[in-house]
Amino acid sequence: MLILQLAVKRLMSSIPTLLILLVGLFLLLQLAPGDTVDALIAQLGGGSAETAEELRRYYGLDGSTMARLLDYLWRLVRLDLGFSAIYDKPVATVIFERLPVTLLLMVLSLSFAFIMGMLLGIISARKVNGWLDTILSLLGMVFYATPAFWLGLMSIVIFSIRLGWLPPGGYYDILAGNTGLAHVWDVTRHMLQPTVTLALIYMAIYLRIMRASMLEVSTLDFVRTARAKGLSRNQIIRHHILRNALLPMITIMGLQAGAILGGSVVIESVFSLPGIGKLAYESVIQRDLNMLLGIVFVSALMVIVVNFVVDLIYAYLDPRITSEKV
Amino acid sequence: MNVLRYFARSPAAMFGLVLLGCIIGFALFADVLYPKNPLGLAGRPLQWPDLTSRFLLGTDASGRDIAAQLVHGARTTLIMAGVSTVIAIAIGIVIGAIAGFYGGWVDNLLMRITEAFQTLPNFILLLVLVVVVGSTMTSVTLAIGVVSWPPVARLTRAEFLSLRSREFVQACRAIGLRNRWIIFREILPNALPPIIVYGSVVMALAILLESSLAFLELSDPNVASWGNLIGHGRKVLRSEWYVAAIPGGAILLTILAVNLVGQGLNDALNPRLRNR
Repeated sequence: MLILQLAVKRLMSSIPTLLILLVGLFLLLQLAPGDTVDALIAQLGGGSAETAEELRRYYGLDGSTMARLLDYLWRLVRLDLGFSAIYDKPVATVIFERLPVTLLLMVLSLSFAFIMGMLLGIISARKVNGWLDTILSLLGMVFYATPAFWLGLMSIVIFSIRLGWLPPGGYYDILAGNTGLAHVWDVTRHMLQPTVTLALIYMAIYLRIMRASMLEVSTLDFVRTARAKGLSRNQIIRHHILRNALLPMITIMGLQAGAILGGSVVIESVFSLPGIGKLAYESVIQRDLNMLLGIVFVSALMVIVVNFVVDLIYAYLDPRITSEKV
Repeated sequence: MNVLRYFARSPAAMFGLVLLGCIIGFALFADVLYPKNPLGLAGRPLQWPDLTSRFLLGTDASGRDIAAQLVHGARTTLIMAGVSTVIAIAIGIVIGAIAGFYGGWVDNLLMRITEAFQTLPNFILLLVLVVVVGSTMTSVTLAIGVVSWPPVARLTRAEFLSLRSREFVQACRAIGLRNRWIIFREILPNALPPIIVYGSVVMALAILLESSLAFLELSDPNVASWGNLIGHGRKVLRSEWYVAAIPGGAILLTILAVNLVGQGLNDALNPRLRNR
């Protein structure tokens, strides 16, 4: 129960942070040249000053900055993110339509990166400075230095254009009209390239952290004791080193959640996935400021939730945390 | 001197340094190697790379010389990433130093602001900033600096927290030095090495942010940039994939070089790792 208390306390403390962020960005966006009405009128192919004035009143864009800020915050409390003039729908509706794709991409690539990084890190640490360790470190370094969008494009060139194995983009094949298992298979085929691309880049970090943390833990006294007891190497790794070595990995996972969300903006554009990353990009192009603020709010919430979960996992893995005073 | 010797002993670090030196060399002599405007029409579009022709690396879909764009792009990338790194480190040091030195409510407030910045993925924050400040080279450089400082501030704060109660700081207080002097002249030089090493991480990220932004055509379209070139190459990916492939390789090598140099510096400056 103490674990939960601690995590909830952390969760509560992120509310003022969220508030600072939203107020800051709302005020900042007031400085942006051009608003939704400008973009809308440009889309219509021009319009008079009176029409613009009327549209501004309709979308609540007149009135002082302070009044609009208070109005915005009050609406946020009721989880109303405002209205998108470009999509002609409430912002929340559009975001929730797009959210599943991004969540799927994030969860898949984060778990893939975590699990592969962990396994390869263990393999590396078993024979430090051996040939396998050297090759893995080298590969990790190269992938870490690779821009995600470029890796995605090259993967399209190889697997979609040259070999024709995988579709070059999209979430599923609309024309095929698949249902049930066929649909799941279709989505899997479409998600494979973006997931692996994103995962390969973040995997390098997990590999490095896992390797370092395995090496660090294996010098500690309790490992020597375990060895003295006559346990086998694999037993020591599984029962004594692994659980302790995982702690820094979990920390990094919390820190990386935001980065992967940012990376998904580019990856979703490369693979034309209809997620919130692509939505963010489109709303920048279309000056849909309401939508942009909505996406900011939702991504910040996602990062906060991930960190909440990370806190729980951390407390589960490290029994010392619960014995401390909250 | 010792630091340099330890640095030179590591082959990976030296490889990174040589690589980075080459890229800086290309950037410095861009005007000598390719004096013409790299964004101007140079020849027939979409010529494949051919080391024997006038266009070593071929031309893109608009008939612009890829090699010229690559060399001038090196200059753009290094300037933008370098300046934004300096901005990020400057902001980070000031905020981290004040938070760590004074503590209390100042620390609390500054750390809340830092946290607010870190709660949002920095690429999304960068998109928001670009909407506000526009897509010129200066504004994008500034925006990248502004989204990159939080980790620097945290690192500086941690260093200051461990240094502020040391004896030399107490001695400074005893002889009545002003706080500003103690922060910047006494504590900061001691806290600087890890911050400078971290600068390589900030710079690598800045290169990634800038090229991603340019790839999405949200950076300055009027300067030769690797990201821009990849964005253009994407449209002819089906047949002329080399247009996107070549500048991506350049980004990869640059980030690799920066990372290797950073890691080499880290190992050389960190006395605990020296004897491993």
